[in-house]
Amino acid sequence: MENRVVITGMGIWSCLGQTLEDVRQALYDGKSGIIFSQERKDMGYRSGLCTHVPMPDLKKKISRTQRQFMPEEAMYAYAATEQALQNAGLDQDYIDSHEVGIIYGNDSAAESTMNALDRFREFKDTSACGSGAIFQSMNSTITMNLACLFRLRGINLTSSAACASSSLAIGNAYLLIKNGLSDCIITGGAQENNPYVVASFDGIQAFSTREDDPSKACRPFDKNRDGLVPGGGAATVILESYEHAVRRGAPILAEIVGWGFSGNGDHISTPNVAGPARSLELAVKNGNINPADIGYVNAHATSTHAGDGREAMAIKQIFGDYAVPVTSTKSQTGHEMWAAGAAECIYSMLMMKGGFIAGNLNFEEPDEETACVNVIPETIETHFDMFLSNSFGFGGTNSTLIVKNID
Amino acid sequence: MTREEIIEKVADTLSEEFEVEKDVITPDAVIYDTLELDSLSLVDLVAVVQYTFKVKIPNTDLPNVKTFNDLYDYIESHQ
Repeated sequence: MENRVVITGMGIWSCLGQTLEDVRQALYDGKSGIIFSQERKDMGYRSGLCTHVPMPDLKKKISRTQRQFMPEEAMYAYAATEQALQNAGLDQDYIDSHEVGIIYGNDSAAESTMNALDRFREFKDTSACGSGAIFQSMNSTITMNLACLFRLRGINLTSSAACASSSLAIGNAYLLIKNGLSDCIITGGAQENNPYVVASFDGIQAFSTREDDPSKACRPFDKNRDGLVPGGGAATVILESYEHAVRRGAPILAEIVGWGFSGNGDHISTPNVAGPARSLELAVKNGNINPADIGYVNAHATSTHAGDGREAMAIKQIFGDYAVPVTSTKSQTGHEMWAAGAAECIYSMLMMKGGFIAGNLNFEEPDEETACVNVIPETIETHFDMFLSNSFGFGGTNSTLIVKNID
Repeated sequence: MTREEIIEKVADTLSEEFEVEKDVITPDAVIYDTLELDSLSLVDLVAVVQYTFKVKIPNTDLPNVKTFNDLYDYIESHQ
């Protein structure tokens, strides 16, 4: 027998805010989290565009010894997860007496690795790396840290799949719960937001250089888009089986009703249409969803020419003549990469619960490829009960979630 | 670096790294107890001394560095 899988808690640590309410308001108001960093320019970046995500102050919550094991991204993830657990009414006593797992998206530990190896090379001595370096510099740093801090005894797994990491984390958690292998899983993703993690990404000229007006730089689907803006932060959602949630009296916010995934089997950085289209198609098919029931599509669209155009064509292929409303919240947040799928799931949840669709900032005019989708340029108040969220990544990894509202 | 400078820098660096008040770092205080070190954070003490003072304390010498006074002596004689 298959379980229904529900979302019972959310937590967010984003450039738009660090509480659900602040982020909901920022989405509604069309606030941009994108800034220009002179520091990045001085370091040698081609583009100084980025976002500011404050570092959570965890000194009073976590001992110095435990914080030694946590890089920036684990601190963001802790802050988002603490909120999500609270939101879901999951306290430590409950966690201690039940098997709660974690599947979290992360695909780098660049700054911590760099710092440790810089010291190793300078002093020619491994102990110069410090005690936390090994735990900070693995891709699984977030799941290893959070599993210890929250004393989790269920599955403990990191999902590394480029910019689809956290969407695939949610998808895999959904699958385990659906099939009865787990009752409750903490899932989501985090992205370090320092200048080192994306230096090489800047080096391949993928970033917008519209530095004179940062809030105009990220313009998904717009004809004059010129590249993405890197971002960061963390987002956590709590997934449970419906029965488990009811049994413990949890707030049931929504249900994951479809998950699709695919590989392009093609170029490492240039996406195609067929791969993303198969991911959408599988999500719709697995959930037995009529696309006309989906009221909003949160697109992966990062503001690159190739990516946005091909995603638009994939969406058109699935939705046909139905002009489903589409936006990319990356127009406000930049590309939160490993955290993007989970963060965008939460942004879409906030819109669904709040009765609005946040406008796709800077969408002024489509090009030939993006004209086939119905991009909403300004915030509209509207009611919808189901959304679809896309995440695509380097290497041609695709993931699509479909989430249905539960009042 | 003079001994006074070493004392000042040890207090500044170790109080920040191990999150203790500066005034607990006194010449006769025992380092392990004052900084609440365990086997992992002991590695951090060695690392911090190494990149702050460019002085490496090998494992064989560590048992002789018990108090902060011992540490001042060690740094002063090995810099």
